Amino acid sequence: MDYALDIFMIAVSGMLINNFVFYYFVGICPFIGVSRRVDMALGMGGAVTFVMSIAAFMAWAITTFLLVPGAPITRWVGSLFMPAAAAARIDLTILTYIVYIFVIAGSVQFVEMYVRKFNPRLYRSFGVFLPLITTNCAILFACLTIMSHIVGVENPSEIWGLGKSLTLAVFGGGGFTIAIVIMAGIREELDLCDIPVPFRGAPITLIVAGILALAFMGFAGVDAGLRQAISGG
Amino acid sequence: MTDQPTPLERLIQGVLPENPVFRQLLGLCPTLAVTAGLKPALTMGGAVAFVLLSANIIVSLIRNLLKPHLRIVVFTLTIATFVTITDRFLAAYMYTMSKTLGPYIPLIIVNCIIICRCEVCASRQSVFTAAADAVGQAAGFTLALAGIAFVRELLGTGMILEFKVLPSFWPSWVVMILPPGAFLTFGLLMGLINWFVAYRSRNRKPGGNT
Repeated sequence: MDYALDIFMIAVSGMLINNFVFYYFVGICPFIGVSRRVDMALGMGGAVTFVMSIAAFMAWAITTFLLVPGAPITRWVGSLFMPAAAAARIDLTILTYIVYIFVIAGSVQFVEMYVRKFNPRLYRSFGVFLPLITTNCAILFACLTIMSHIVGVENPSEIWGLGKSLTLAVFGGGGFTIAIVIMAGIREELDLCDIPVPFRGAPITLIVAGILALAFMGFAGVDAGLRQAISGG
Repeated sequence: MTDQPTPLERLIQGVLPENPVFRQLLGLCPTLAVTAGLKPALTMGGAVAFVLLSANIIVSLIRNLLKPHLRIVVFTLTIATFVTITDRFLAAYMYTMSKTLGPYIPLIIVNCIIICRCEVCASRQSVFTAAADAVGQAAGFTLALAGIAFVRELLGTGMILEFKVLPSFWPSWVVMILPPGAFLTFGLLMGLINWFVAYRSRNRKPGGNT
């Protein structure tokens, strides 16, 4: 019950309360660049969610099994040529950033090859966005959030497992999709408006995003009340 | 003479005419995320300047060894290394600041400014030119961040660098230091700069070729 509640809270907070775009400001570049039409925005959101889930899974597995102090695989490899006590202390967390960026670049490449071979229709709908995703900060941000819940957490019961990590990735990507689709819907209408020339393009998009962020601020504090209502009621 | 700008021209171009944030729309996440106060904004600018300068110099030194299809990977690896150095340095010497900036320091790795400068300039030019270009772009980036942070901190808290400057009857606009304020300030400032650029080029046209 507690675990299910945690999962639910991570999902709600990732998608709405701490929306990746409006709260953490990650993934702004595609948010400004690819939000001209609703169907393109949906394709981009789908591609980001897809890659984010794969990258989150890889990041979780690598961090848990290789990078944290006392990780099983590292300890086993270390114990081949050094005393067990020293092998248990090997700490590879300094490598996290380099490893994550390679995981993301690799999974983008892999997803692109896989989709092109096995699902050409899907490839046509979001193939063009895939290379852009490598430099999408939202993906790296999701990996880093997962890392911050594994590395340096004192209490073992608070360390995130695979379920929580994947929930964050899927619903965080969902939040990104919601944001970019709303934005695309507004921008389609904006094309018909008479906007002062210097504000056309990016500036008006940012101002609209500011108003949307104001709306999303309405979700702040919902998590505490929701948790209380579910567990208490 | 040639169409290649000199190192000095590159340096000046980075600051205003080709400002990475306002004119090229690169590196937007830190621009919005760390500009709630002037101090984190300046720290972020310093961090990006260090990474950009080091990465540009390294890439420029190895530019003749680069294989075209592997170059992006090499750029990313170089950048990630320097970002790790910056992150460890901040955690060691400026602990509270490193907590404030949080995940946005590692996110410098995917900051498009750095990859863009490596690709456009450093992988083709000599070390000195690349360094000048990096300094110019970093200065432009820091200037843009400082500008946004100045407006947000002043209106949001009435303080600049944590000194009270506005009189106490100023009703601090809390929304300016919250996420929406970032989008609004950035959008309005960008509109203002676009208007200014258009205004200047309109006025210049009849006068001739300066």
